[in-house]
Amino acid sequence: MATNVEKDTVSGQYTTGHEWDGIKELNTPLPKWWVWVFLSTIVWAIGYWIVYPSWPTMHGYWAGTFGWHARSQLVQDLEKANAAKQVYLSKIKNASLEDIVKDPDLLNFALAGGASVFKDTCAACHGVGGVGGYGFPALASDHWLWGGTLDEIKTTITYGVRNANPNSHQSVMPAFGGGDALNDAQLSDLAEYVLSLSHSSQDAAAATRGKAIFTNNNCYACHGAAGEGNTAVGAPALASGLWLYKGKDQKAEIISQVKHPKMGAMPAWSERFNDTTIKELAVYVHSLGGGK
Amino acid sequence: MTQATTAHSAKDATPYFDNVIQKFVLAATFWGVVGFLAGDFIAWQLAFPVVNLNLEWIQFGRLRPVHTSAVIFAFGGNVLLATSLFVVQRTGRASLWGGAVLGNFIFWSYNLFIVAAALSYVLGMSQGKEYAEPEWWLDLWLTVTWVAYLVAFVGTLYKRKEPHIYVANWFFLAMIITIAMLHLGNNLAVPTIIFGGPWWKSYQIYAGVQDAMTQWWYGHNAVGFFLTAGFLGIMYYFVPKRAERPVYSYRLSIVHFWALIFLYIWAGPHHLHYTALPDWTQTLGMTFSVMLWMPSWGGMINGLMTLSGAWEKLRTDPVIRFLVTSVAFYGMSTFEGPMMSIKAVNSLSHYTDWGIGHVHSGALGWVAFVSFGALYYLVPVLWKRKSLYSMRLVSYHFWIATIGIVLYITSMWISGIMQGLMWRAYDNLGFLQYSFVETVAAMHPYYIIRATGGVLFVAGSLIMAYNFIRTIKGDVRDELPYEAPAAATARG
Repeated sequence: MATNVEKDTVSGQYTTGHEWDGIKELNTPLPKWWVWVFLSTIVWAIGYWIVYPSWPTMHGYWAGTFGWHARSQLVQDLEKANAAKQVYLSKIKNASLEDIVKDPDLLNFALAGGASVFKDTCAACHGVGGVGGYGFPALASDHWLWGGTLDEIKTTITYGVRNANPNSHQSVMPAFGGGDALNDAQLSDLAEYVLSLSHSSQDAAAATRGKAIFTNNNCYACHGAAGEGNTAVGAPALASGLWLYKGKDQKAEIISQVKHPKMGAMPAWSERFNDTTIKELAVYVHSLGGGK
Repeated sequence: MTQATTAHSAKDATPYFDNVIQKFVLAATFWGVVGFLAGDFIAWQLAFPVVNLNLEWIQFGRLRPVHTSAVIFAFGGNVLLATSLFVVQRTGRASLWGGAVLGNFIFWSYNLFIVAAALSYVLGMSQGKEYAEPEWWLDLWLTVTWVAYLVAFVGTLYKRKEPHIYVANWFFLAMIITIAMLHLGNNLAVPTIIFGGPWWKSYQIYAGVQDAMTQWWYGHNAVGFFLTAGFLGIMYYFVPKRAERPVYSYRLSIVHFWALIFLYIWAGPHHLHYTALPDWTQTLGMTFSVMLWMPSWGGMINGLMTLSGAWEKLRTDPVIRFLVTSVAFYGMSTFEGPMMSIKAVNSLSHYTDWGIGHVHSGALGWVAFVSFGALYYLVPVLWKRKSLYSMRLVSYHFWIATIGIVLYITSMWISGIMQGLMWRAYDNLGFLQYSFVETVAAMHPYYIIRATGGVLFVAGSLIMAYNFIRTIKGDVRDELPYEAPAAATARG
C-alpha cells in the first residue's frame, strides 16, 4: 500500500508513505518513557481500585480491601479534632460564665472559639468586631437592648429575638402612624423631643411640645422618663446618641420609626450550636468592649 | 516565506467551499473579542462589585454564562467549524458535502443560536447547568444545527479522494459525535408548559446527585472533546503545515487518540470529590483522570516534536510561536488537571480560584493560542493574500497576550492556594482561623492582577482583529521582515 515511503533526513525516521495536503507522517516508534509512564499510571489505578471502593457490581460496589468510606473518615477526623479540644471544652461546659472569665486559660480558649464562630455566623449582621449596622445592634458599645451582662448576653444568643422559639425575647413597639394616631406636626414635635434627649435638637419650642406628646402616649413606660431605655423589654435608649436606625436625617428616621416601627429579629442559636459554643460566644461578645 | 506555501498546490483542481470558512473566521474573531471583553468585565466585577452598576442584566450571575458561552461555543465553536471544514476538504481533496447551502445554514443557525442564547441569559433564562445554560428550545435548535454539521463533515469525509483519513479528522469527528451525545444526554428536560408553566422554562429529568453526575459527565467532556479533541485536530493540521515538517509519529497519534477517547469520558466525577457522589464513583473519576495524563501528553509530544528540524522558525515566524506555545500550555494544563483530580490535592484546590486558573491556562494558553495560530494561517489563505498585513503585529499580540496569561494564571494559583489554605487553617487551640469573608478580602489584590491580565489578553485580540481587517483589505505594512531578504529569496 504505502509506496511513497521516504526517509526524513532530520530525524532519520521513515514516513508512512501517505500524504494529505502536503502533510506527511513519520513512523517514529512510541517514546519509551511515554509508554512506561502510561503503563505505570494504569498499574497504579488497578492497585488503587483494589484497595479503595471502586467498581460497581451487581449488588453494590467493590468496597476495597479495608472498607474505607469517606463519611466514616469525616466522622473520625471530627472526633479527633474534638478530642484535641476536649480538656477545655469539658471545663467550659461545667464552668459558670464568671468562672470562665476569671481563668486566663479558659478565657483565652473561649475567646478563640467565640471569635471563630462569631466571624462566620454573627458578623454578617453585627459586623466584624461587633460594630453593628443599620438595624443591627452594635455589640462593642456599652448600650444594650436586652442587657450586657454575661448571662444576659448568653440568654439573647440562646433564644434570640422575636422568633418562633417560645423563649425568645418578645416586645412590640406600637405604630403611631395612620388613623387617629399622631399627625405629622405631632410626629415632628415628638421627634424633636427625642433628639433633645441627646442634646441634638435644633428647635427647643418644638421639643417642649414634643415632651407632652412623649408623656401622653406613654413612651416613657418602655423608653424611660429620661429616654434611658429598658433592657427588660428591649426598649432602646433614646438619650445615648447611638441610634439603632441611624440615618443622615436622624429626625426622619425617628419619625419613620414612630409611625411604622421596624423591629429586628435574631435567630435562636441554641437551635444550631451546643451550650458550650454559646458560652464561648457570650464570653467573646462580652469582651468586645461593652460587657457589663 | 511562510505565506506563499500555504495555498494548496495548483495541480489540485478540487473546488473548495472557502466562502463559508471565511464567515466562520470572521465570526470567530468577532466573538473572541466579545467573549474576552465579557470575561474581563466580570473579572473587574469580582474585584470591585460596584461595577455591577445595580443593573440586573449585567450582574455577574448573568454575564458569566455570556462569557463562557461566548468564548467556548461562539469563539471556540466558530474556530472549530472554520478549521474542521477547511481541513476536511483539503486533507480529503473533496469539496464540502452539501456545498454552500448547507455550509451557510450551519453558519447562520449556529451563530443565531449563540445570539439567542446570550440574550436569554441576560434576560434571566437559564437551566442553571454550567456550560449548558440554554433552555430546552435553544437546545433543540442547537441539536438541529449540530446534526447538519455532522452530516456535512461525514459527507465530505465520505467523498474524499485520499485513501486514508488524516488524523486531524479523527479528532474532529470524535468531537462532533461526542458533543452530540453529551448535549442530548445532559439536556434531557421537561418543558414546564406541559403543566401550565412558562413556555421557555424546563426542568431536568435527573435529580440530586444523578443530576450533578450527569452535569459533570457533560461538563468535563465538553472540555475533553470540544476544547481538547477538537483543538488537537487543529494542532494536527496547522502545526505540520506551518512548520513544513512531517508529523512526528503516526503510531503515537493512533495510540494517544484511542487512549484519550476511551479514558476521557470517565473523568467527570473528579469534579464531585468529597460530595454526595458515592466513593466508588469518585475513585473511578480520579484514577481515570490520572491515566489520562500520558494520552493527553501524546498530543503535546506530537505537536512539539513535529517542530524538530524547524525550531528556528520560532524566531522568524510569530504564528508558529502561537502554535508551539499553545502546545506547551496544553502540556502544562494536562499535567495540572490529573494532579488536581487526586483527592488529596483536590481537597485543597476544589472550590478555590486554583480551578479558575487551571481552566484559563487551558482556555487562554491552549485553546485561544492554537486558535490564533490557525486564524493567522487561514486569513491570508482564504482571502488569497500574499501575506498578513503585519507579522510584527502578530508578535505584539503574542507577547501582550502571553504576559496577560501569565498574570492571570499566577495570580489565580496564589489566590487559590491561599484561599484553600486559609479555609483549612486551624489556630493552636483547634479553631478555624479565618472566616470566609477574610479569605475573600485576602483575594482582592489577586483579583485586580487577574483582571489586569485580562485587559492585556483583550488588547491582543484587538490587535489581531485590526491585522485581519487590514489583511483582508489587501494592505501590507511597511515593516522589517523577520527573515533576511537573501534567505527568503534562497528559499524561493
